[in-house]
Amino acid sequence: MRYTLLTYTRPEDFANVPPEELGQLKGLFGAYIGALKEAGILAGVDWLQPTSVATTVSEGGNRIQDGPYVDSKETLGGYMTIDVPDLDAAIAWAKKCPIAKFGAVEIRPSASEA
Amino acid sequence: MSTQSRMATVMRASYGRLLAILASSGSDIIAAEDALSDAFAKALIHWPNEMPRNPEAWLLTVARNRLKDIYRKDQRIEFHDEVPEPEQVYPTIEPIPDERLKLMFVCAHPAIDARIRTPLMLQTVVGLDSETIARAFLLPPSTMAKRLVRAKNKIKASAVAFRVPEPEELDGRVSAVLEAIYGAFSRDWLAKDDLAEEAFFLATLLADLLPNNAEVLGLAAVIAFMLSRQEARIRDGKFIPLEEQDPAHWDQALMQQGSTYLTRAQSIGELGRFQLEAAVHAVHADRLNTGIINWDALAHLYRGLSHLAPTIGTTVSYAAALGRAAGPEKGLAALLQIDSKVRVSFAPAQAVEAHLLNLLGRTKEAAAAYDLAIALTVEAPLREYLTAKRAALAPKLH
Repeated sequence: MRYTLLTYTRPEDFANVPPEELGQLKGLFGAYIGALKEAGILAGVDWLQPTSVATTVSEGGNRIQDGPYVDSKETLGGYMTIDVPDLDAAIAWAKKCPIAKFGAVEIRPSASEA
Repeated sequence: MSTQSRMATVMRASYGRLLAILASSGSDIIAAEDALSDAFAKALIHWPNEMPRNPEAWLLTVARNRLKDIYRKDQRIEFHDEVPEPEQVYPTIEPIPDERLKLMFVCAHPAIDARIRTPLMLQTVVGLDSETIARAFLLPPSTMAKRLVRAKNKIKASAVAFRVPEPEELDGRVSAVLEAIYGAFSRDWLAKDDLAEEAFFLATLLADLLPNNAEVLGLAAVIAFMLSRQEARIRDGKFIPLEEQDPAHWDQALMQQGSTYLTRAQSIGELGRFQLEAAVHAVHADRLNTGIINWDALAHLYRGLSHLAPTIGTTVSYAAALGRAAGPEKGLAALLQIDSKVRVSFAPAQAVEAHLLNLLGRTKEAAAAYDLAIALTVEAPLREYLTAKRAALAPKLH
């Protein structure tokens, strides 16, 4: 069963974090991705730039807009798609995600397997 | 026993057992329910002619065949329904495994909305229909049905596994199951459609499946004790508080079950919320033999409870017991520890406050507290009880 873990954070929470701490966080995140790879369950991953550089296409392509589709305090920061047997296993991996400490990790089962 | 009544007995006893088995492989409760109701329908046709030797195995085989059909139909291939010859099924009668514990853990899974866990358990493990559940939860049947379907869809779509949790997370997961069972019992317990029997069924089932868990045994004890007093708490439509109930109206067999569960829980040597609550009930039950209520013991137990599982209800009960054990002044002092905003919006707190104030001769304040308690109380028998208490103050008011 494939699950995608979507990480949500409040960018404002990072505004005053010193660069060395951000570096540390990147290190933690890298180690987490490494663990997912080592477990042989990682099916896809990406880490996204802030919504300030987002572009949104809607209305059948007639509307092209500067900014995110949904303007909210919590923004999608990245995703990891993992292949594990069941929801409990997905929850166990989501708990280990460094983002779970100060943001949230949303688990969505894949619809292509349902 | 007639075939008809034998059929009804088998169906009631087997529902949760069979559903748990059918749903466990694919986490698909809806398909399992469809397959099982199809098997029951076929039984109604076939059993009057020839009752199978092992009715449960017959039902399981028919439902499994139907389940295969359902999955095949998903792939748009039509297959014929198959009904087994009674003697072909399980020639050697092997025991059918009990998967209901796993089903209970699925119903109370942290990924499932806490508000739907109790209804889900009542429907899948007990086999209660969604309309009865809706009535007990004071919801329109369509709303309840929608919420149940949503939960089952989530279980299937997210592949919530049918399994007993790992030891390191077992305690937390067990307490979610206990909460869900207790939720069936404590809901609207003065209503006609209460689910006390169903809650007791679930609690004793869990106690059979997890016989070494002190809290599981504690909850079974609590529910047994509370059920034992069902006939005593309302007499002639009037609410009778526990301490004024006639012990002759208590069900002694249920009290005995309660104390047996409590003794087993205590022998495990792990203190817990439900075990302490059961001990509170046992102290009250002792009145049958001793004729008195040991308020010291009650105050002690409630103090333990308010450390272990702090709730307003526990603090109010502690204050009431302390009022008896050590005098109304001490009781009132304990009650006033509760934040005043919370206190004035919680009927039991106001009722106890009124009682203690009256004992202290502060009649006017007592009357005001009773008025507030009455305004906060919905259940008619409780309101009448409080109104009578309030009326008794009248001669003392100027």
